Amino acid sequence: MPGIENANPFAYVSTETIPQSPPPTAAKGVAGWLKTNLFATPRDTVLTIIVALILLWIVPPMLNWLFFDAVWTGDGREACLGEHVGACWAFVEAKFGQFMYGRYPAELRWRVDLTGFLLIAGLVPIAIPSVPYKRENAIYLLVVFPIIAFMLLTGWPFLEPVETSRWGGLLVTLVVAIVGIVVSFPLGILLALGRRSNLPIVKTMSVIFIEFWRGVPLITVLFMSSVMLPLFLPADVSFDKLLRALIGVALFSSAYMAEVIRGGLQAIPKGQYEAANAMALTYWQGMRLIILPQALKLVIPGIVNTFIGLFKDTSLVLIIGIFDLLGIVQQNFTDTNWISPATPATGLVFAAFIYFIFCFGMSRYSAFMEERLDTGHKR
Amino acid sequence: MKYSFLSAVAGVAVAAGLGATAASAATLDDVKAKGFVQCGVSTGLAGFSAPDDAGDWKGIDVDLCRGVAAAIFDDASAVKYSPLSAKERFTALQSGEIDILSRNTTWTMSRDTELGLNFAGVNYYDGQGFMVRKSLGVNSALQLSGASVCVQTGTTTELNLTDYFKANNMTYNPVVFEKLEEVNAAYDSNRCDVYTTDQSGLYAIRLGLSAPDDHVVLPEVISKEPLGPVVRQGDDQWFSIVKWVHFAMINAEELGVTSENVDEMMDSENPNIMRLLGKEGTFGEAVGLENDWAYQVIKNVGNYGEVFEANVGESTPLGIARGLNALWTNGGLQYAPPVR
Amino acid sequence: MAHTDGVADGTEDSGRASLIYDPKVRGVFFQAILIIVVAYLVYSGISNAAGNLARAGIASGFDFFGERAGFEIGQTLVHYTNDSTYFRAFLVGLLNTLMVSALGILFATIIGFIVGLARLSRNYLIRKLATVYVETLRNIPLLLQLLFWYKAVLAVLPNPRETGLEQGTTVLWTLNNRGLYIPRLIPEAGASAILVAAIIAIALWVVIGMWAGKRQMRTGQQFPTFLTGLAILVGLPLLTFFLTGMPFDVEFSALQGFNMSGGTVIRPEFIALLLGLSLYTASFIAEIVRAGILAVAKGQTEAAYALGLSPNHTSRLVIIPQAMRVIIPPLTSQYLNLTKNSSLAVAIGYPDLVAVFGGTVLNQTGQAVEVITITMLVYLTISLLTSAFMNWFNSRVALVER
Repeated sequence: MPGIENANPFAYVSTETIPQSPPPTAAKGVAGWLKTNLFATPRDTVLTIIVALILLWIVPPMLNWLFFDAVWTGDGREACLGEHVGACWAFVEAKFGQFMYGRYPAELRWRVDLTGFLLIAGLVPIAIPSVPYKRENAIYLLVVFPIIAFMLLTGWPFLEPVETSRWGGLLVTLVVAIVGIVVSFPLGILLALGRRSNLPIVKTMSVIFIEFWRGVPLITVLFMSSVMLPLFLPADVSFDKLLRALIGVALFSSAYMAEVIRGGLQAIPKGQYEAANAMALTYWQGMRLIILPQALKLVIPGIVNTFIGLFKDTSLVLIIGIFDLLGIVQQNFTDTNWISPATPATGLVFAAFIYFIFCFGMSRYSAFMEERLDTGHKR
Repeated sequence: MKYSFLSAVAGVAVAAGLGATAASAATLDDVKAKGFVQCGVSTGLAGFSAPDDAGDWKGIDVDLCRGVAAAIFDDASAVKYSPLSAKERFTALQSGEIDILSRNTTWTMSRDTELGLNFAGVNYYDGQGFMVRKSLGVNSALQLSGASVCVQTGTTTELNLTDYFKANNMTYNPVVFEKLEEVNAAYDSNRCDVYTTDQSGLYAIRLGLSAPDDHVVLPEVISKEPLGPVVRQGDDQWFSIVKWVHFAMINAEELGVTSENVDEMMDSENPNIMRLLGKEGTFGEAVGLENDWAYQVIKNVGNYGEVFEANVGESTPLGIARGLNALWTNGGLQYAPPVR
Repeated sequence: MAHTDGVADGTEDSGRASLIYDPKVRGVFFQAILIIVVAYLVYSGISNAAGNLARAGIASGFDFFGERAGFEIGQTLVHYTNDSTYFRAFLVGLLNTLMVSALGILFATIIGFIVGLARLSRNYLIRKLATVYVETLRNIPLLLQLLFWYKAVLAVLPNPRETGLEQGTTVLWTLNNRGLYIPRLIPEAGASAILVAAIIAIALWVVIGMWAGKRQMRTGQQFPTFLTGLAILVGLPLLTFFLTGMPFDVEFSALQGFNMSGGTVIRPEFIALLLGLSLYTASFIAEIVRAGILAVAKGQTEAAYALGLSPNHTSRLVIIPQAMRVIIPPLTSQYLNLTKNSSLAVAIGYPDLVAVFGGTVLNQTGQAVEVITITMLVYLTISLLTSAFMNWFNSRVALVER
């Protein structure tokens, strides 16, 4: 088309109108949603069909096992034996008390319930950002509550004592996780500050401490606290088994906590440190009044995530013979009265469900806080 | 800073008595001061030491601790239990966490001499055996070459097993677990052909399988496993108490004294019974106890035969015959020195 | 209150600070106290331990390494019998740990990348399925998952005698609850030539890669390095294999008595552990991958399209290299977690380092202090080495700012 070349000096500028495109297929409504989300391309269509088939293959038997074929009532293994029997929920029903409290004496379980109630009463207001009195609330949770909980659970010194070897189930899981987090929080702050300190020895020791605990598996830490620690104590002192496990867990998680908090400290602009110095605040004053309030607010999601990890890791204490939720569920598999092919799977699914509720709830909360705190510090 | 916190935790724990105990030479004084006997038991082996549904510990090993408590406090329930894994048990005793280890523990020379421990007697004569599925059609352990064997770690079992297969020129594949529950589960789901541990344990474990009648314990006993209570070395008084509580229970059975007739037996003219029950002599005082110590043991716990029958005997689900554990007068090995 | 005090102190003493307020002196002082406290703790710990061990008559030292172990191990990568030493047992456990970790990292990475990409898929069903996968597996303890997989694996697989095999008849492969049995290759004379060929092939691959890179820089022409390299890597050893006259003896497995005998076995414990570790870690890797890809600005994709790159090339040459910078640091810690988590093998009877060394060896020697210290140091070394390698790798892909 030589005429066009003459008319336009720019070869790449089109002179013809592009033919009209057909109207786009419906982008709204059910059909439009299906088209864009499930059948956009032939490849998508194939994938959708494959996934749908897999779901059809997996989901109905799963639902059958969980609900429709499940045994809901019964008082022994006979109820859960048979050809097409699903989950044996009667087992969970019968053992529910044990799964929650372990072998805590039945008539004293109100003490555990009361402790749980006191915990929730402290946690709910601190978790909701708009509720005032955060400072008092935190003191309650970090100082007052642990003391009351300790006295209620062990019975010392006023109530009838309950040995820790009788504790179990969700109670132990929560005790280990909460003690771990409450102890590791101040310890973590100190270690994080130590790692960023100008004092070479403090810094070196903090780094060694943190890297050591982060480099070894929790199970070896628990073995250490159960088999090795007693040998390192003076001959006339010995610790309760649960307490030893708690020490191990607390040291372990404080290293992880320290790294989370260090992240927060690093995110604070240098000007804040300089400003604190310029105000002639001492190191501790500057940290307490300027740096830590900002840094800790930043790392709340990180702390919650550490707590989730710790909560899941508490299940490891079963390996050293402490009956946490998973441990007591597993131990009850051998109960002669309830042994059946469906029992172990049911117990594991139940335990998984409890863990899931806690962890998923916390991870949602962490995501919510992350979104809420995502202000002003974005670069 | 971090360490001072740690020691603060330790201090609080000690002050609060959260299981922190002091182990000095005079265990009896400590026990009297704290008001109970701290007894190390297994994490759950039916018939020997296992918690029932209410969380109360039951079993032949538990009854020995209860006997010691009865001898000291006239109260068999003055016992607290520490469930211990095979791995932890000796450390727990050495470090003073427990006063008696009564946890189906095999008496061996190295344990007696190298670990700073004393075995106070044998409350159950056992031996390692094998359990297999009946469907395998095996009737002797010598047919087990090539089998997969489920075994718990931390015991003498693992070594006996190797020695036995080696001596008989057989091979096997071990599947080793840390915890009894895990071994049971693996064997029950057919991961292994053979389960090996002490024979008494096999009977107890068989009960916990999904189909106990499908399994058979093979006749071979491949080791000597004298199980008994253990105490720390260096406290002869405490050693004697535990030893003699055990002997008192055996002597009581031999003399026909039971928990039911012990009150009538107090009027017995038999000098052996009179010495045992404290009517004659001051045998109790010699070890720091009341003279009616044995009366209290028998009254509160029972004699050896009663304890055996109640926990592992023919009338229990375990259904173990007395066998080696019969009194020496009945062709067994249970023999106690006289109270004299 | 403390606030104003601090200000006042600062201004008053700024002229001639007494020694107490000299930051240097205070620093030295506090560090000295810290050293004394730590040294005291270490000293008292050691002296307690020494005293306790001496009183209990427990041996100490590392002499036990040379003694006969006297127990069997279910799965060994190197030759091991009950007559081997404790050191050999340690080695077996260590290698088992390394093997399951290495394979776990491989599978977790593959699954994690697939799921991470699926989370960003335009396909609703796939996106949701990936979300459910991630949320479920992330929020359930790994130990529980391992117990579940172990039970599931054992429940699904049949007993060897129920698989319908004839006694004594060899098979190519079979899967039952004693493991996956595959033929074992026993190398004969000349087999080492194949290994040499494989090494040469890898070297060739590297050379070709360098040459192709240079050529592309010079002429812009691309060269299918990956396919060529793969062809060489497969072809050269295969060729050597035939040229040397197939220097392998193949041992097939057969049902003998209770169990299969002969061949190579992959135990169900290993399968369950690998499955659990890979699937669990993959759920974390998926989130890392998703975050990494989302961190690449959309303009990058648009710019690549504007330059005429195909979607395939866009992801491979533009998106992934940039995403990798965000992905690698957290990926490193996931790899470390997987390695450490492999110690949960002890719960399902896989003979890893903790189970063999920290379990059986500890129980038989009674030397808790030495055994647990060594176990911890081994993990610490693995962790530090992995971190060092990944830091090196990260520095290679990191953005070079000029």
